[in-house]
Amino acid sequence: MNENDKNSPPIGGAGGIEERLWNYIDGTAAAEEKTVIEKLLDTDTAWKAKYHELLEVHQLVQSSELDAPSLRFSKNVMEEIAKLHVAPATKTYINKKIIWGISFFFIAIITGFLIYGFGQMDWTARGDNAISKNLNKIDLSKFFSNTWINVFMMINVVLGLFLLDNFLSVKRKEFRKA
Amino acid sequence: MSTGLNDNEIISKVLNGDQQAYAGLVNRYQNYVFTLALRMVKSREDAEEVAQDAFIKAYKYLADFRGTSKFSTWLYTIVNNTGISFLRKKKLDIHSLDNEKVFEMADNRDSGFSANLVEQKSKLAMVNNAITMLNRDDAEIITLFYKAEQSLEEIAVILGLEANTAKVRLHRARTRLKEKMETHFAEEVKDLKPLSPPTGGGLRLNEQN
Repeated sequence: MNENDKNSPPIGGAGGIEERLWNYIDGTAAAEEKTVIEKLLDTDTAWKAKYHELLEVHQLVQSSELDAPSLRFSKNVMEEIAKLHVAPATKTYINKKIIWGISFFFIAIITGFLIYGFGQMDWTARGDNAISKNLNKIDLSKFFSNTWINVFMMINVVLGLFLLDNFLSVKRKEFRKA
Repeated sequence: MSTGLNDNEIISKVLNGDQQAYAGLVNRYQNYVFTLALRMVKSREDAEEVAQDAFIKAYKYLADFRGTSKFSTWLYTIVNNTGISFLRKKKLDIHSLDNEKVFEMADNRDSGFSANLVEQKSKLAMVNNAITMLNRDDAEIITLFYKAEQSLEEIAVILGLEANTAKVRLHRARTRLKEKMETHFAEEVKDLKPLSPPTGGGLRLNEQN
């Protein structure tokens, strides 16, 4: 929502008369709603007056003219594009195999870490602290002693958070639609 | 010239190397693109620059147009993005133009509409001026809906909104346009013959005027 939307009062005040009438005028009102509005227009003078107000604005805007650029506009554009070539479509120069290759590389690394981690765990141990005790056994210093590996892992973490954020925003949109 | 061809046929010709065929698209959409750009940047000179940039970008990336939407919808998306980039470059706060400033800009427009307003008393000039006085978002959505013949779903794509948000924003923009017409063009509105059916109530004028 932009600032104007935040500051605006609800359309048409109580009952949203204007909103319902705009939908009717635009032809986006449902058939049932259309019948209700038509009845209201026949019986209610306030609705009728508001309808004609809005219809007049609608028709005025519809009949307004387009602005025209200078006479040389088309020529200027054609002169500019004469120096250019149409760029190849994005999908033709982004090789899908490379994307799949990168994805496979990351998935393989994550899977490798998981297998190693689970391999170090003592699954026979019981008790509340079993997992934390076993996690302590994993010697991460072997892997995180190198600066480059640390940087690489950091990038993975950032990418992971980015993907999580995207995933959550998609879910949020789906939830709102529902 | 490719005037008899539809958009997709012209695009195919351009992609097959007929650069001049692109003039068909420029001629067909130049007024729409220019009007949309003008609603965003409020000056004819800047609008020509934005419109020209948009056509050049559209040409450059024409191969990326997949035909899943209308060409016009794709083109107006480019115009919208080009206009926003232009305003950012000019360091104009696109939301902070208060009504008075916009009114002043409308008066200074070199289109000649405002200068001749009293003489013309033309309803069309009046509507155009009232639209010019709206903020960028309102003017753009009204232009897309009424002039560029885009559906609410297409407008949502162009502006990067959800269809329902686009609908609400359009309603509010029209309400504000009505208010502008009542406030600033009361005399012109009074002179208008109703366009609506004969039983029409006409625009309610601001009582102060």
